[in-house]
Amino acid sequence: MIQVENLHKKFSKNQVLSGLDLNIQKGGIFAILGPNGSGKTTLIKIILGMVIADKGVVSVFGKPVKNKWKYRQEIEYLPQIANFPSNLRVRELIRMIKDLRQQTSEEERLIDLFGIAPFLDKKLATLSGGTKQKVNIVLAFMFDSPLIILDEPTTGLDPAALISLKELIQKEKQKGKTILVTSHIMQFVEEVADEIVYLLEGKIYFKGRISELMEKTSQTDFEHAIAAIATKMTNA
Amino acid sequence: MLKILKYSFYDLMRSRWSYVYFLFYLALGFVLLFLNNDVSKAVITLMNVIIVLVPLIGTIFGVMYYYDSKEFTELLLAQPIKRSSIFLGQYLGVACSLTLSLVLGLGIPFLLYGLFRSDVIFDFSLLLVTGAFLTLIFTAIAFNIALSNENKIKGFGYAVLAWLFLAVVYDGLFLMSLIIFEEYPLDSFSLAATMLNPIDLSRTLILLKLDISALLGYTGAVFKQFFGTNTGLIISILMLLLWTILPISRLAYKAKRKDF
Amino acid sequence: MKYLNGLLVIIFLFSGHCLSAKTISVCSSCKIKSIKEGIKVADEFDTLLIKKGTYKEFNILIDKPLTLLGDKFPVIDGEDQGEIIRITSDNVTIDGLFIINVGTSYTSDYAAIRVVKSENFLIQNVVLEKLFFGIYLEKSNNGKVYHNKIIGDAVDEYNSGNGIQLWYSKNVEVDRNIVQGVRDGIYLEFSDNITINNNISTNNLRYGLHFMFSDDDTYTNNTFENNGAGVAVMFSKRIKMIGNTFKKNWGTAAFGMLLKEINDAEISGNTFEENTIGINIEGSNRINYKNNNFIKNGWAIKVLGACYTNTFTKNNFLYNSFDISYNSKLNDNVFDQNYWSNYTGYDLDKNGIGDVPYRPVKLFSYIVNRTPETIVLLRSLFMDIIDFSEKVSPVFTPDNLLDANPLMKRTK
Repeated sequence: MIQVENLHKKFSKNQVLSGLDLNIQKGGIFAILGPNGSGKTTLIKIILGMVIADKGVVSVFGKPVKNKWKYRQEIEYLPQIANFPSNLRVRELIRMIKDLRQQTSEEERLIDLFGIAPFLDKKLATLSGGTKQKVNIVLAFMFDSPLIILDEPTTGLDPAALISLKELIQKEKQKGKTILVTSHIMQFVEEVADEIVYLLEGKIYFKGRISELMEKTSQTDFEHAIAAIATKMTNA
Repeated sequence: MLKILKYSFYDLMRSRWSYVYFLFYLALGFVLLFLNNDVSKAVITLMNVIIVLVPLIGTIFGVMYYYDSKEFTELLLAQPIKRSSIFLGQYLGVACSLTLSLVLGLGIPFLLYGLFRSDVIFDFSLLLVTGAFLTLIFTAIAFNIALSNENKIKGFGYAVLAWLFLAVVYDGLFLMSLIIFEEYPLDSFSLAATMLNPIDLSRTLILLKLDISALLGYTGAVFKQFFGTNTGLIISILMLLLWTILPISRLAYKAKRKDF
Repeated sequence: MKYLNGLLVIIFLFSGHCLSAKTISVCSSCKIKSIKEGIKVADEFDTLLIKKGTYKEFNILIDKPLTLLGDKFPVIDGEDQGEIIRITSDNVTIDGLFIINVGTSYTSDYAAIRVVKSENFLIQNVVLEKLFFGIYLEKSNNGKVYHNKIIGDAVDEYNSGNGIQLWYSKNVEVDRNIVQGVRDGIYLEFSDNITINNNISTNNLRYGLHFMFSDDDTYTNNTFENNGAGVAVMFSKRIKMIGNTFKKNWGTAAFGMLLKEINDAEISGNTFEENTIGINIEGSNRINYKNNNFIKNGWAIKVLGACYTNTFTKNNFLYNSFDISYNSKLNDNVFDQNYWSNYTGYDLDKNGIGDVPYRPVKLFSYIVNRTPETIVLLRSLFMDIIDFSEKVSPVFTPDNLLDANPLMKRTK
């Protein structure tokens, strides 16, 4: 599904990715983890073509993505910070995205699921953070694409919405989709992820199942296992 | 691209700034024509306004819109849309809505005044064409500056400086170099220097209509060829086109390579 | 006027009959076949009626008082051999001829019609084409050149002549002629008391009208358009120029009107439109400029050298690139109650006169005089700024040069 080879990226003096290789198979939920500034978002943005790599090749669906844009038709993306044109109404935003993508969508079901119907005629600037995130989720899930990329999807969500989100992710997985997710909430990752990818210093430090990670770090719970990687690194 | 243009355009059409700009020109047109009752004088005053104000407004609007629509841009970048389409679409949205405000704002009072029955119709349409070009050029320059500067305040500052340079400082340096080197033949130099500044270029285009009698008073053969025939008009328009295309293509080029 | 003149001709012919003058017809089938032959057989005060046809003749000498009357514009073709008609007698009338192909020479000024030391001549309704000089009056007084059409095809100044030339001639009326495509449309040298009215002089190589050393002349209601250098009035006194139009004289040394060493003239009610320079004034004193319109000229008025006690009142200065240009810091001329379209002042007391004086000389015009290439900076914001600062505190331009009473409305 996604092949990344020898990926380098530098932002002015800050080397974010240095020779990253990654192969993600079709189907399943992959969590990309790592400390702050480890390049999770950069990796995702390179896959999406929003950030241009200095070196290396990223292929999605078997084709290099550089300077291409049509492959994004097959990707649904939930950005980390939900920034929307502030003077648009929610309904207009949804209509606009639908118009731009020209794909079949099922936004009604999602609007019901997250209960944002009362906000449809409100301007995006007036919405609370959580509601904005819900709109963000609706926009990300309303099309039927084989690859879903979620950058910090849990931010600002209330428990009910969080449960809906988890169910939604599972449902999409059952359809055989590939889902990439980043999160700081380890409990959430543990619950949903089939496999985790741990980024450190611009490289993949670990890729595998959660049980494998716990074995490797000889820890009994996931959160401690993750923390153990971080401390081991700082001690070394 | 057309879809982006459409959304940007609608977005601007709903913002009150487009209306302020439109109403400003509308008021200016009415005041000039109906208080003065002198079309020739109105055209001359309008020329001054267009040469100075249109580039300034194009610059400020361009920068403002770029920074304001950053979220919109990021939203679009994740969609299956070509990058250059996103930026060109937004650029054209701004430039078109500004041009439309200018043309309608000035056109309506002139139409009501009965411009078509007046012989200044050609001067006036030249004025509008030049204004449109200046809008396109300066909005593109503003987009370029904004695209290269993440910092909003810096970008804004550079854009206003760019305007100040092209509108005033350039001509000051130009005048100084003409006076310093006055013993040398300068007509080719001065024409070249005019071509290198879009504001001077548009001014020249308008001078060709309004002040041709004065321009033909100069002895140089190059001047005579330039101002005395259609060469000047054709070259100026071609240069304006080039001035429009260059920043737009740089915009497309830069947009392709930028990280978001 | 036309009818009146026709009537005059008839009366003249009629009276000629009374004085037992006769009419002699000239045509290819008549007894008399050439004009020269006709002149030879004619008695004084006879009329030669020249019928339609082509007469290949030149050096026709009219040495007695005669009327040459063309019937339906007979053509006299000089075949480029030289002068065509020479008048050396008083009281000669030439009417209704079509004269072509005057010879060109670098040594003698061949003319289509030359009047030498004669009085009371009348030359009217004559059409001249392919000429060198047109109508040449030499030391001839009290005559009239009326309603002729002179169409030259001059290309170079050195081998072309003037349309109507007056040399040491007095009291001549030049009225309603059309002159185009010659060197100077109308040229006057040492000719006083001449009246030049209602002529149209266009597309001439050099000047539409050219005055030299000619005093007390009047020209009114003439139109001078698109001449190489406009109109030149030089070294003359007491000239009246009223109601003329000077238009579209474009070029490096082109003006609506050039005044050089002209004293005590009156210039009123004229229109100067779209000339590179409306009036170029050099060493001219005591001239009254009143009620003139200066429209869309490069420079409405350019003052060079010493010009004293000239007054400019009630003129309209409309949309000129520069209103007034001076090359010195001295000013002895008065500008008062003119309308300036570039005036931006206000009239709070509503008396029709602006409350702030207008300074018609811009610093920029001073800069352009010095470095002509700077003209490309015309109307730039930078120039406006420095013009404004000069307006506030004049450094380079004469500080007493201002119109203290600028009008708020155009004068009519």
